[in-house]
Amino acid sequence: MENNVASMWVYLSTSPLLHLTFTVTFFVLARLLYRKMGYPALLNPVLITVIVIVALLSWSNTSYEVYFEGAQFVHFLLGPATVALAIPLYRQISLVKRYPVALVASIIMGSLVAMISAVLIAKLGDVGEQTLISIAPKSITTPVAMGVVEQLGGLPSLTAVLVILTGIVGAAMGPWLLDRLRVTNPVAKGLAMGLASHGLGTGRAVLMGDVAAAFAGLAMGLNALVTAVLLPLLWHLFM
Amino acid sequence: MLEAVAALLVCQLVGELIVIGLDLPLPGPLIGMAIMFLGLMVYGRVPAPLDNAAKGLLDQLSLLFVPAGVGVMTHLALLGEEWISITTSLVISTLIAIAVTGFMMQKLSERTDRKIKGAQDGE
Repeated sequence: MENNVASMWVYLSTSPLLHLTFTVTFFVLARLLYRKMGYPALLNPVLITVIVIVALLSWSNTSYEVYFEGAQFVHFLLGPATVALAIPLYRQISLVKRYPVALVASIIMGSLVAMISAVLIAKLGDVGEQTLISIAPKSITTPVAMGVVEQLGGLPSLTAVLVILTGIVGAAMGPWLLDRLRVTNPVAKGLAMGLASHGLGTGRAVLMGDVAAAFAGLAMGLNALVTAVLLPLLWHLFM
Repeated sequence: MLEAVAALLVCQLVGELIVIGLDLPLPGPLIGMAIMFLGLMVYGRVPAPLDNAAKGLLDQLSLLFVPAGVGVMTHLALLGEEWISITTSLVISTLIAIAVTGFMMQKLSERTDRKIKGAQDGE
């Protein structure tokens, strides 16, 4: 019997199915818990799922590479999902046309604040030069952030992690903060979520309705563009 | 349904090709999103299957970040040394960015609304 269990485990742990199933199932359970408890920030489903899976992988001595062989099928869908953001945005085209100046001004301002504040605060904390570069584009979507950091001589894989953590922080605490500040306009709420915490903020903004989701997607896209252009420029000027 | 999946993938693929061809420092799917957007502008409406496929994907958007998030395990050593500074920076900077963007957009859009309303009333 024990032998059977062991051979089953050997088979499963090398097949992509196991880690794909973990990824989807733990997320479904985490989301159920999140809903049941009334959406508390600390129970953000991505955060909980990541903690559970990292604990499980460390405990079973499984490498990230082995995990990713299964998880890549989920990861791959990020591309088509990004393309799909064009649809809610298209639905809100009349609102985009109504506020062109306000949108561009808020996005450029938010982008600068996100980059500069991250670097200044990290510098106060005396982190290494590579960490400093890697943290600068933390608010933009992973692939662009990694590209910019590589160009500037930072650590792209560290950036990927910092970007995700930023997304979790924004998705978890953003709605609470916007509430406190009495930001009630769904255009402004979505824009803030997508700008500061990219796809994860956008994923959270989906719960705020179609308008917020569309503007979160817009802010995510435009902030990636603004940061990719301005960060290398600012870095060479000031650092 | 399958047409919608094909449309999303074609946009992404063309986006990737443009990025490689022009050596742009942007991700392919972002260009793909712009292509899809332009396509919808030309077409004039969102076909129902595409709408369903997009909704299906976007409702699960958060899940799609889990695999990349688990990547945190490969940097636990570095994060262990500098975690206080890094966490402080991430949390405070993200909150400031949300506050500034949300507040500014709300104020500016209110101003636009007043102007538009003023212009309408003046007519």
